[in-house]
Amino acid sequence: MEHVVIIGNGISGVTLARHIRKLSDKKITIVSAETDYFFSRTALMYVYMGHMKFEHTQPYENWFWKKNRIELKKGYVETIETASKTLHFAEGDTLHYDKLVIATGSKPNKFGWPGQDLKGVMGMYHKQDLDNLEKQAPNRDVCKRAVIVGGGLIGIELAEMLNSRSIPVTFLVRESSFWNGVLPEGESQMINRHIKNHHIDLRLSTNLKEIKSDENGKVKSVIIEETGEELLCNVVGLTAGVTPNIDFIKDSDIETGRGVKVNRFLETSIPDVYAIGDCAEQHDPIGNRRPIEAVWYTGRMMGETLAQTICGNRMQYNPGHWFNSAKFLDIEYQTYGWVFAKPRENEAHFHWKHADDTKCITVNYNSKTNAFIGINNFGIRMRHEAFDTWLTENRDVDYVMNHLAEANFDPEFYTRFEKEILSEYSSQYATS
Amino acid sequence: MSLAKPDALDITTKQKVSLAIGVIGLFILALALFNTDFPNEALFLTLALGFIAIGTIVYSREAYLTKLEGIKNDGAWFKSISSRGVWGWIVGVILTGFYIVLYFYPQYLGLGADGATNTGLIGLFDPLSQLLSDRNASQWFVYGTLYTLAILAFGYKFILKYRHNRYQQVRTVSVMFFQLGFAFLIPEFMYVMNNDLPYYDLKSMWPLNYYIFDEWSVNGFLSNGNLGLALILFGIITIFVISPILTYKYGKRWYCSWVCGCGGLAETAGDSFRNLSSKKMSVWKIERWLVHLVLVFSVIMTTAMIYSYLGYDKNDFWLTRGVFISLVIGFLTLIFAGVMYFKRQELGKDAKYGAIGFFVVIALLLVMHFTGTTNHIFYAKAGALRSAYGIYIGSIFSGVIGTGFYPILGNRTWCRFGCPMAAILGFQQRLFSKFRITTNGGQCISCGNCSNSCEMGIDVRHYAQKGENIVRSSCVGCGICSAVCPRGVLKLENDSMKGRINPTEILLGNDVNLMDLVNDK
Repeated sequence: MEHVVIIGNGISGVTLARHIRKLSDKKITIVSAETDYFFSRTALMYVYMGHMKFEHTQPYENWFWKKNRIELKKGYVETIETASKTLHFAEGDTLHYDKLVIATGSKPNKFGWPGQDLKGVMGMYHKQDLDNLEKQAPNRDVCKRAVIVGGGLIGIELAEMLNSRSIPVTFLVRESSFWNGVLPEGESQMINRHIKNHHIDLRLSTNLKEIKSDENGKVKSVIIEETGEELLCNVVGLTAGVTPNIDFIKDSDIETGRGVKVNRFLETSIPDVYAIGDCAEQHDPIGNRRPIEAVWYTGRMMGETLAQTICGNRMQYNPGHWFNSAKFLDIEYQTYGWVFAKPRENEAHFHWKHADDTKCITVNYNSKTNAFIGINNFGIRMRHEAFDTWLTENRDVDYVMNHLAEANFDPEFYTRFEKEILSEYSSQYATS
Repeated sequence: MSLAKPDALDITTKQKVSLAIGVIGLFILALALFNTDFPNEALFLTLALGFIAIGTIVYSREAYLTKLEGIKNDGAWFKSISSRGVWGWIVGVILTGFYIVLYFYPQYLGLGADGATNTGLIGLFDPLSQLLSDRNASQWFVYGTLYTLAILAFGYKFILKYRHNRYQQVRTVSVMFFQLGFAFLIPEFMYVMNNDLPYYDLKSMWPLNYYIFDEWSVNGFLSNGNLGLALILFGIITIFVISPILTYKYGKRWYCSWVCGCGGLAETAGDSFRNLSSKKMSVWKIERWLVHLVLVFSVIMTTAMIYSYLGYDKNDFWLTRGVFISLVIGFLTLIFAGVMYFKRQELGKDAKYGAIGFFVVIALLLVMHFTGTTNHIFYAKAGALRSAYGIYIGSIFSGVIGTGFYPILGNRTWCRFGCPMAAILGFQQRLFSKFRITTNGGQCISCGNCSNSCEMGIDVRHYAQKGENIVRSSCVGCGICSAVCPRGVLKLENDSMKGRINPTEILLGNDVNLMDLVNDK
């Protein structure tokens, strides 16, 4: 019986294991150095905030693994010996595989700032980061100020976490407006205001120069690049993006770039070795997607797809229409299709914002053909299925705007804004 | 109140003051309980109830109006009261004790025996009872007043907490209205109009209202002319006409989280405890057997009860014993046969066997009766059955455990494990209703906020992370899972029954060919 070993018990590895089990009787072992059981990394923030306990972040009860004959092994893989198909663990033991899947996820970026390894400096990715934060910042007496470096999705979540314990936060963002590499201007600025409304000290166009230590090797302050200002703080969160977690593979003969290089079938350069999730890097990016997709949804999709290949039905990773979501403090964000920070060639944006400054949308469409390309929506929930269908049907932007009510996913009794949006859209494009 | 983490969430001075005011209100009630003589009862009652209300209101305003709108669950698992900490246990013990005394030892609350004047806590409430219906208070009046106060005050708190969520606001106003109007005021005014009529909370339906078909109750209605007849007919119509229609259109939420008094208290005063409801599969297995067993008990008990006071002669009244039994058997047969024929593939194997088992038991009992084989057993047992039901289900399960155990087992312990009405409505919701919680394509990130907040112990995440609609007999449609979801994955809606139950393996967003390949299997 073939033995499939999966390194990494995140959404990618676990989805893969589940689907292999549905399709076959192969022996499956999931290896993890982080936790005993699969947990949802997206929920770590809520544990710190007291919304859930850590055990609630585990999607499956502990009997699930045994019941489905999925072995779990806690261990840190130090080397992969592809010739003998053996994994060597730091603990000293080894494990033989017939097929190997690398699903080790990401690690927080460190860009060589002085002091980036001090006590009290951490990313916000692993369970261990959560434990560390709990130790270093249990309340605002112990942690009088925290500095977050890097204005992205993890940074804003870390800000929300610290805010929940009334710990003052200074947020260093190198861009001129929050996440404006991805978000169009109107949306990005709305988020700037929202962050400030939460009494977070948002510093745009600000870079970190250095993290200074006290006499005990613990962080004492940070120095700002542009002004030389020294900010006293007890915790520094490094949230300036993530990188595939593949240092341990560099010594093997599996081809790597920034991540583990894979083809459309998620196969690496070595037969019977695959890679999925955050750590995988496509040789050629698919469509408008990046070669490395560090997103929950794509990790799950790769797991769903690879299971077919591993169980004899060789299938390409062929993601459908792009979608994503996030939450910026109290504002939910969803995106369907493609919307870029600035309209590309032959693209145009329609932007609408509600007067209360907590809801807005941007619609991206082809300025020549009027084809609908994508939508960003903030503060209004929209139906994934509706947009997926419209994108498949190649609808034009007029159709989408006129049928926007069908895509509403807000709870019952909520105020609807489609009329207002349509009216503003119509008046803007009255001549077209 | 401080253990390590809760230090991080200290309350403001204003909140401390309002807490103190609320405690003073409770203190006045406690003084009354210990037979303190108040110079002016009406004044001190007003102060007690007023302070409790004001304390809660000011505390809530300070907690929520000083912050931006949004989900406000910070610290729920740190605070002692909402995480089975010391305060949770203390409140649980106090509530449980209060219920035990209320149901079984009302004399300790000050109830005057055999028409004597009330003392103690009940005596303090005399002025209010006199004002509403010109009679002295009873332990039930005290209970009703405090219950209503709790729903109104905590309902206000809840509305502030969820002021960004219109569904929660409307639903809470509904629950506050039904408690104040239907459960509390209307019965008092009805008594004034006609003091012969039995107490009747119009929104309380059989089988939740287990005594409406008692002999004293039916006689009480029927001997009060057209009004009484209309009331009892209303009771029957709500069970057989109004409820099935509303449950079909909206799911059982129309009752369980919009109208019912038990639900009303659970959603308002019980809001802090919804996360304590266990999501374990082992607990669900107990739940589904327990709640349906209570239903079977209720059906047998009620049938026996009614049978015991019906006559034999159709010249006296058309509904003789024989006719009644035939109707019951006929009705149950219709339901069970209908479900087995149309919906058997949707029932789990043990559900099928369980349903068949229950049906056989009920039918046997009734048939044995009808053929005269066990006349005496059924007749003699009716009283005992009714009495046992009243004590163990109506008082202990529903009240003592149901509410007393809020801080330990969650705010819907009764609803989940014991309410026979929940079983009936849930049965219909699962098999024949337009209601579902739609999951938003592939957007779920498995964070678990939904499951954590489900008061009925449904593992909502299990469905959301598979892109499946949630169609569960226990879902009361409170909508909190949808409210706390950080990615907008859940929506309560009523839509065509076709395709309502949609097991999904590959979620939206992946290769459409893969979706077709795996999902249609």
